[in-house]
Amino acid sequence: MPDAITKETWPSALYDLLRANNVTQFCYVPDAGHKVLIDRSLADPDVHSVPLTTEEEGVAMVAGADLGGNRAVLLMQSSGVGNTINMLSLTQGCRFPFLTLVSMRGEYGEGNPWQFAMGQAVEPVLKAMGVIVLRAEQPSEVITAVTAAITMAFQSGQQVAVLLTQRLIGAKKF
Amino acid sequence: MAKLNKLQTATLPDAVLDRRQAVPALIERPGDFLMVAGLAGTAWELSALTHESPSLFGLGGAMGAAPMIGLGLALAQPKRRVLVATGDGELLMNVGALATIALQNPPNLTIICVDNGHYGETGNQDSHTGLGVRLDVVAAGCGFPVVHVINTEADMAEGRRLVREGGSLSFILLRVTEGPATHDGKKNLVPHIERDRFRAALLG
Repeated sequence: MPDAITKETWPSALYDLLRANNVTQFCYVPDAGHKVLIDRSLADPDVHSVPLTTEEEGVAMVAGADLGGNRAVLLMQSSGVGNTINMLSLTQGCRFPFLTLVSMRGEYGEGNPWQFAMGQAVEPVLKAMGVIVLRAEQPSEVITAVTAAITMAFQSGQQVAVLLTQRLIGAKKF
Repeated sequence: MAKLNKLQTATLPDAVLDRRQAVPALIERPGDFLMVAGLAGTAWELSALTHESPSLFGLGGAMGAAPMIGLGLALAQPKRRVLVATGDGELLMNVGALATIALQNPPNLTIICVDNGHYGETGNQDSHTGLGVRLDVVAAGCGFPVVHVINTEADMAEGRRLVREGGSLSFILLRVTEGPATHDGKKNLVPHIERDRFRAALLG
């Protein structure tokens, strides 16, 4: 029986899960919620760790990885979801497998009013572009939700976002 | 028609090359590459050039995607050479991609920008490059190790050599006059068929 997942251990367990499922391209616009994934991808000689200038670059890059037979994941903050919208027509039209992990702002306990507009729009906007949305509210849900999303994306060819919610990652302190 | 003023810093000569001859002359052996072509002109002309090869992923939309699709593909297929051909407007829409790509520095990726200085599909409005924005300088500033500008026939030999020999991430700015791209009228560009045929040819 593996150790129970806690709020300290889920980020690293999540990285191990992605690697165990042959994800080899990690692209991201940095966010505190993805710090462990980013740091571990940078330290991993067997993956490409790709900082982006804007999230829509990542949508296109995930498509290119699939054309070449690789699996990729896009890590972004909720505000970045807004930057991806038209590019998701590439994903949808071509039926590219698509896995993104979204660290949420602008919801549970948010202290920065600038974050709410996009944070609250994340789910309807992704769904409008054909992306299936799963949520992880507790450390124990992260691995099960992302495992489900990996199957849906890479086995069934779907477009899937897992929201790492603010209840999970904690509201940023100001 | 009213126009914006050209930048005072604009220093490149007026384009003289016709893309219908210059693009095939630059890409002598398209069969050597996995290719990604940006929407409209470059997708049509590469489709015609390759007789709709399944090694070409041509875009009919998703403006700004071509260079980053090329990066994901180049990283996934390090033993193959990847060629991205796209227009100035498509490249400008995600110009930050040049910075992202340069940081990864994949030696098997060549980007050709077919720069006609205009938005040819939407009424031929001036693009930023047509008014003097220098994408070659942008690419060099982003850190592309090889940047080459083709203004005239005299610059073609070096461009052909870079495309043929590869060995380094490179950015080639092919400056062409306004005017139509070669379009054989066959290419359908159904998005999911583009993906499926490309992957089937490459991955089996």
